[in-house]
Amino acid sequence: MPAVSMTVNGTPVTADIDPRTLLVQFLREHLRLTGTHVGCDTSQCGACVVHVNGEAVKSCAMLAVQADGAEVLTIEGVAQGDTLHPMQEAFRDNHGLQCGFCTPGMIMTALDMVRRLGPVLDDHTIREELEGNLCRCTGYHNIVKSIAAGARAMAADDTPRRAAAE
Amino acid sequence: MSATGIGASVRRKEDFRFVTGRGQYTADIARPGQAHLYFVRSTHAHAKILRIHAGHASRMPGVIAVLTGEDFAAGKLGSLVCGWLIHSKDGTPMKMAPHPALPVDRVRHVGEPVVAVIAERADQARDAAEAISIDYEELPSVVDPAKAQAPDAPQIHEVAPNNTIYQWQLGDPAATEAAFARAASVTAIDLVNNRLIPNAMETRAAVAEYEPGTEQFTLWNTSQNPHVARLVLSAFVGIAPEHRLRVIAPDVGGGFGSKIFIYPEELVALWAAKTVRRPVKWTSERSEAFVADAHGRDHVTRAELAFDAEGKILGLKVKTIANLGAFMSTFSSSVPTYLYATLLSGQYDIPAIFCEVDAVYTNTVPVDAYRGAGRPEATFVVERLMEVSARRLGVDPAELRRKNFVKNFPHQTPVIMNYDAGDYAASLDKALALADYAGFPQRKREAAGRGKLRGIGLSAYIEACGIAPSQAVGSLGAGVGLWESAEVRVNPTGTVEVLTGSHSHGQGHETTFAQLVSHRLGIPIDNIAVVHGDTDKVQFGMGTYGSRSGAVGMSAISKALDKVETKAKKVAAHLMEASEADIVFEDGKFTVAGTDKAVTFGEVALNAYIAHKFSGAELEPGLKEGAFYDPVNFTFPAGCHVCEVEIDPETGRTDVVNFTAVDDFGNVINPMIVEGQVHGGIVQGIGQALMEACVYDESGQLVTGSYNDYRMPRAGDFPPLVVDTTVTPCPSNPLGIKGCGEAGAIAAPAAVMNAVTDALGTEDIAMPATPLAVWTVLQRQAHREAAE
Ligand code: FES
Ligand code: FES
Repeated sequence: MPAVSMTVNGTPVTADIDPRTLLVQFLREHLRLTGTHVGCDTSQCGACVVHVNGEAVKSCAMLAVQADGAEVLTIEGVAQGDTLHPMQEAFRDNHGLQCGFCTPGMIMTALDMVRRLGPVLDDHTIREELEGNLCRCTGYHNIVKSIAAGARAMAADDTPRRAAAE
Repeated sequence: MSATGIGASVRRKEDFRFVTGRGQYTADIARPGQAHLYFVRSTHAHAKILRIHAGHASRMPGVIAVLTGEDFAAGKLGSLVCGWLIHSKDGTPMKMAPHPALPVDRVRHVGEPVVAVIAERADQARDAAEAISIDYEELPSVVDPAKAQAPDAPQIHEVAPNNTIYQWQLGDPAATEAAFARAASVTAIDLVNNRLIPNAMETRAAVAEYEPGTEQFTLWNTSQNPHVARLVLSAFVGIAPEHRLRVIAPDVGGGFGSKIFIYPEELVALWAAKTVRRPVKWTSERSEAFVADAHGRDHVTRAELAFDAEGKILGLKVKTIANLGAFMSTFSSSVPTYLYATLLSGQYDIPAIFCEVDAVYTNTVPVDAYRGAGRPEATFVVERLMEVSARRLGVDPAELRRKNFVKNFPHQTPVIMNYDAGDYAASLDKALALADYAGFPQRKREAAGRGKLRGIGLSAYIEACGIAPSQAVGSLGAGVGLWESAEVRVNPTGTVEVLTGSHSHGQGHETTFAQLVSHRLGIPIDNIAVVHGDTDKVQFGMGTYGSRSGAVGMSAISKALDKVETKAKKVAAHLMEASEADIVFEDGKFTVAGTDKAVTFGEVALNAYIAHKFSGAELEPGLKEGAFYDPVNFTFPAGCHVCEVEIDPETGRTDVVNFTAVDDFGNVINPMIVEGQVHGGIVQGIGQALMEACVYDESGQLVTGSYNDYRMPRAGDFPPLVVDTTVTPCPSNPLGIKGCGEAGAIAAPAAVMNAVTDALGTEDIAMPATPLAVWTVLQRQAHREAAE
């Protein structure tokens, strides 16, 4: 059993794992961080998106051993205590979720979108960027609205945050 | 209107846990010592099981047990059942074949679970399952409902000759024939309502636990109706008596109908937990979900609409074949009958209707209720007929509809339903205005200039929600009553718990139900907790489907609140030494009429429990009331959706460029949540019309068994949606609510297909109108033109 070490939400973790263990399984089953979800087995739904070294990845499409030594941020690490990140707040304010199952992946993808494309995101851009995230409940309308609002709010927000969640 | 009361767009109370990753879905649950369950599934559509080779697998690392249909049969458990008894027109009951959780000698669809493997770890269970081989003798199969009744079609179940489950009818054949005999013109169409795969983003899952000391089972399950699951698992399957089975449906990641039903997998999990004396967990993979979760729709229909010379409808004739798949799922029989034919009058005054439905078995995944359940199929028939008729008669489709609208209420249709309230012209007018219907010809010309084909289509739908008056559905064959229960528990500190038999899997009940209580009791919404989804906490309930939880679930809460208020007034009367009749309750305060004496709700709550101001002979202590609410009628949400599409003739790609929905849901508790429900429904409806093709090949293999082939709607497929409402309060329940969860999925397919056929200038295209299907139609047209 190989050992892996990584920093997850700011906390260093080490474990001996089966080499076949996917990053999403490591997070959910070993670390019991169940906010990262599994919605498919073909890397298409985006429910499992986390950040690895600051970039969004589908944690179902990556082995845990590939994240050895990495900084991993999951949905559980995005808020600061009980204070929501502006993107989380925007999803709540704009009814960007219904059953909540796709939501962690949506929020992690949205944060990555803002990191890459900046805080001014138009409707078309957001919709195209959500290519890899499925939602069966919301019809996407309010997710798009939430991401646009969250991006704007992030630009106005000066709370210091964990690097990967900026 | 208070900031958190009825009518306010309150942010959802449940969202904090969801946006922080702290939801608790079934797959997130880990019980100490749990083992993992994995299924070997049939790779054949129809085959005899000759031999199962499991010896090697059972010795693989971590394997605890390998269980087959024979083991299951030895357990003497009952069969899974369909709970709605339909009779054929000749009076015979539907032909329900046995549905054991694991088959003994024959498989009937690809994906049917055949062997259950239980191992220490999920990967070990899966590895062992892959090492099991099964000898099959393949049998011929049939997947197309239109071919299932052919004399030479393979027989799927002995009890159902010609694979026919029932031949049912509704309406007056003689009156309808007479109407057609008088007709000035008749529109006839052939329609296929395409099979859909529900695809809630959370796949199904179950964690089952058995406590040998107390003989108590617990099942955590992705269920829309945990009490119904417990009832069926106890009364029909006999896994445990009802009082020793606790079913918990924690956070559930969407259902759309697919999580109503009682499936083999959770039953096997319970049985396995008792067999191996370990908690057993099963989590469906997505590729399993494609072949294991009940599918939706799958109708083949011929429909005819008769008009007089003035364009008034005289009669409607419909003949449908409904595919129920390889087994009758929990409510499958009701979907193409009482949830379908009863809505065939649409928003129109149709004097005579006759509908015949044949339900058939095929070698496909069972078909049952999927968002809208029967009502989208009915709307598709009626609204395609209206649009085609308008084109044929050369009149404006909006005006043909307006001319035939039901205008006086209550209105008795020829197909059971009694519409209690509505204003169909109001939603039509508003939708036409918002969609700038008048400006469409201009936009079409402009699009033509860019080489694009632009089309517009309407869908003036109606649905029956608030399911349902128990006596009425009982007389139609339902095996259960469809009331709802509620309990309101006021704590001594004045906070409140509301226990409801409804279940939320995205609908936001924790918020809307709290809004009702906040509104009625005048207490802050944060002081209210909504408890649902646990049979040990909530005594009984019928669950959430059919857009019933506002109209029925909240009416039950309202009724319980009436009782709480009555009791609280008695306590207040003792507190203020006044007569109960003089107590007025308003804005969270009890006052004595005509005086300045007042006590708060909190004071009354405390005094109800300390019971110092009244004797036991005068009043019982405590403040907790329950209610069962049985609706007196269905509710009838209705509205008008307008879709505008643009087709690129080069690629066949259809873009929805505008979509406008105006719905009459009666009174609305939380407009933000209602809009969200409409958005989601519309996108599922557009998905059905343009993208989602569930394809079986001739040998019964599901060709579209993953997200590579089953085209799910994505964000980039849609423009922003325009959503608005009109309001005629529902007179049939205390809150005036009609229900909003399914409207989009019901209305949208017809609106989209009416727009697509308008753009193409032909009616000859089926759902889903994929780029290939559209392109093929355009090529055919080009060839025809070239030949002329
Ligand atoms: S679970 Fe990773 S993309 Fe679906
Ligand atoms: S909110 Fe349910 S899948 Fe997106």
